[in-house]
Amino acid sequence: MTAETTEWLDIAALDDIPPQGARLIRTAEGCVALFRTHDDRVFALDDRCPHKGGPLSEGIVAGHTITCPLHNWVFDLNTGLAQGADEGAVRTHPVRVEAGRVHVAAEVVARPATARNAA
Amino acid sequence: MEKLVVIGAGMASGRMLEHLTDAAAPYQITLFNAEPRGNYNRIMLSPVLSGDKTYEEIVTHDDQWYAERGIATRFGEHVVGIDRARKVVTGQNGEVPYDRLVIATGSAPFMIPVVGRDLPGVIAYRDLDDTNTMIAAARPGAKAVVIGGGLLGLEAAAGLQMRGMEVVVIHIMGHLMERQLDPSAGYLLQKALEARGITVHCKGATKAILGEDRAEAVLLEDGTVYGADLVVMAVGIRPETRLANDAGIEVERGITVNDQLQTSDPSIYAIGECVEHDKQLFGLVAPLYDQARVLAAALMGQPADFRPVQTATKLKVTGCDLFSAGDFADGPGREDIVFRDPGRGIYKRLVIEADRLVGAVMYGDTADGNWFFGLIKDGTDISEMRDTLIFGPAFQGGGSVDPMAAVAALPPDAEICGCNGVCKGAIMDAVLAGADTLDKLRATTKASASCGTCTGLVSQVMALTLGGEVQTADCICGCTDLAHEDVRRLIKAKGLKSMPAVMQECGWSTPDGCAKCRPALNYYLLADWPLDYRDDRQSRFVNERNHANIQKDGTYSVVPRMWGGVTTPAELRAIADAADKYNVPMVKVTGGQRIDLLGVRKEDLPAMWADLNDAGMVSGHAYSKGLRTVKTCVGSEFCRFGTQDSTGLGIRLEKLLWGSWTPHKVKLGVSGCPRNCAEATCKDVGVVCVDSGYQVSVSGAAGMEVKETELLVSVPTEDEAVAVITAFVQLYRENARYLDRAWKWTARVGLDWVKAQVVDDLEQRAALVERFEISQSVYRKDPWAEHAKPGARDEFAPLIDLRLEAAE
Repeated sequence: MTAETTEWLDIAALDDIPPQGARLIRTAEGCVALFRTHDDRVFALDDRCPHKGGPLSEGIVAGHTITCPLHNWVFDLNTGLAQGADEGAVRTHPVRVEAGRVHVAAEVVARPATARNAA
Repeated sequence: MEKLVVIGAGMASGRMLEHLTDAAAPYQITLFNAEPRGNYNRIMLSPVLSGDKTYEEIVTHDDQWYAERGIATRFGEHVVGIDRARKVVTGQNGEVPYDRLVIATGSAPFMIPVVGRDLPGVIAYRDLDDTNTMIAAARPGAKAVVIGGGLLGLEAAAGLQMRGMEVVVIHIMGHLMERQLDPSAGYLLQKALEARGITVHCKGATKAILGEDRAEAVLLEDGTVYGADLVVMAVGIRPETRLANDAGIEVERGITVNDQLQTSDPSIYAIGECVEHDKQLFGLVAPLYDQARVLAAALMGQPADFRPVQTATKLKVTGCDLFSAGDFADGPGREDIVFRDPGRGIYKRLVIEADRLVGAVMYGDTADGNWFFGLIKDGTDISEMRDTLIFGPAFQGGGSVDPMAAVAALPPDAEICGCNGVCKGAIMDAVLAGADTLDKLRATTKASASCGTCTGLVSQVMALTLGGEVQTADCICGCTDLAHEDVRRLIKAKGLKSMPAVMQECGWSTPDGCAKCRPALNYYLLADWPLDYRDDRQSRFVNERNHANIQKDGTYSVVPRMWGGVTTPAELRAIADAADKYNVPMVKVTGGQRIDLLGVRKEDLPAMWADLNDAGMVSGHAYSKGLRTVKTCVGSEFCRFGTQDSTGLGIRLEKLLWGSWTPHKVKLGVSGCPRNCAEATCKDVGVVCVDSGYQVSVSGAAGMEVKETELLVSVPTEDEAVAVITAFVQLYRENARYLDRAWKWTARVGLDWVKAQVVDDLEQRAALVERFEISQSVYRKDPWAEHAKPGARDEFAPLIDLRLEAAE
């Protein structure tokens, strides 16, 4: 997405996500997981491990990594890239925290299947 | 007695004379000094200048000292020549013969060759006379120009400013102290000096010192003129080599000496700022003291070699906190780590080359200076701590940097071996008394001689005491070098009751652990401090966090508890209703004598649990590292062979043990007779009922490993069987590594040790049972009921469902 102005959707309060935990956004294109790290950063990634489709939101958040609950693949939350010997990537999405609220880019909702931009 | 003549009473020769006379070396010593006084601490001239100290306070050797040591002093007498052929030193007042001669003429200030440098009021800053001249000239409001912005010049400037003078520092380079500081630190230093009222003029080349019959001003190449009642030249020093030159001794920049400080003339030695060793000159006191030690040894015929070490610099100006050490020039293959805090005026820069710290510059906060200096001197490999290096030793985990730090920090009375009550101090004492191997130590103190789980810690205490290598045990994960047993012991010994406390005190190298260590630590903490520690859901694997087993498609399986494998029509109806209501695709009977509902969606879990709770059922913990099932046969109630009420005992055990967390899963079996229909002899704890009572056996397995249980004890009563089993489970909870099944743990510690605790030692058995009950007062609760409460259900649902919105 190349638009200079990102449209943001207010999703929830930061405190709705447990520290070192995750919550889900359900979209037409599958679930997006919002991860909150120990330093109160929030990351948005597809909730699907590229290995066997495990729900990443159910993994353990440590530092800026998530460990998939099914087979312990570890991904960097910043890049979505698998760490160590495993190869693969999880799609990351724009997310920001403002005044204690978590916003994701509207493109997360209107992903390719639907052309319309939700406000 | 041989005659030793020393020319120069500076700090280096003074220290050498101390060594010689302390050892009562058989020399008849004569000491020349051009200054009319003996040895004083030149480093402290700055405080004398600023008025913080008096000359008397900085005298190192007074007349009495020389007299007591029989040193003939020729103070205030210049040496005019050395006759090597006749082996005599000629002073202004006459000759002194020598067998050995030490030249310690120090250094002379370098006076830049500009017009006016000879005017009165232009001085160097080298000795007490210079200092006194400055003090005499320092009238409040008078003007001083210091030429040279190095260490000495700035100390002079600060001292004069403190005496009330208006001070200008002229420095030819782009920033102050360029030999010790990089531009950023130089900038901060300049800012700090300017804040004190000192004017700093960098890139200033002195053209002339103006004045009629005394210095009045300094003119720079760029035309700037600074008024000056006093001009201090502090642009540098050079080795004072004139005497040596005249005597025909080999001189390059300084008097050349070998590793024994011997000059080209074997009878003549040189020491201090006048020497050149291995192409290097010396100006700071540490290497000079080193030379003094080596030279004293050489003069006494003892072997010693001078090996120059790195030196660090600290500026002795109040309010300017500055430190520099090593080499900090940029260069290929060199990397920088820089930390700045503009608000507090802090700058730190570390220079790294090939995983070694080679230079450090710090301004504003130099508390860690010596630590960095140590890393530079020792050539320590810093790759492991690179990320946090700049924050100093306080941020270096004991685990990652020094595996012994956590152990080193323990007080002497900290208990290391719990079995035998051996504390750290006792181990250290025994090691110092000669128990330098684990076997000897075990023989003398019994430390680690019983269950052996503290062996890692004991060897660390030994290594710490002996200063040797650590045998690192297999560590928990990449966040620490400590083994599970070490961490368990430290949690207890240091009273660590939270995850951050453990990570801090045990030196975790990561901010919040990893998916390997966090579940382990969470378990250790809740097992050791059941009343203080709160279970951390986010440190749980998914199954324990969601109280259900995740399946390959992300759905869950739900297994309600059936006590002892016994159920009722009402329970079965409720299970059937739940299966219908939540469209459960598969209902299966498990190997643990209960029913599994597979394929449940996460968001349905709380509602389903509530329905099952309503029918009187609770979680079966089919997902936990905790008590799973107690499998039973029907026993004496129905079976014609049954010897005891195995079903009743199974239910009693399950109701006692359920909800408890354990290092790994725990499965029990109770069979009513030796036909063993409950397959009790492949469980973690198995009971086989016999006519005479109960055979309790432990540490079986029927998974990846298949193992028959081993007999723990045979007891006549059900109560005793229950107590022994409870104590065994608690001992396992308190001592095993996380994710070790009971059989693995007993293999590590030995079944004999386990027997000693729970069978032979009745007091210990009772204490274990009591501690288990304390823990169960917290954990013998249905987690499903907790999470099925209306407010607690939210976490099982998505935050938001955007499917409809997008599809509109």
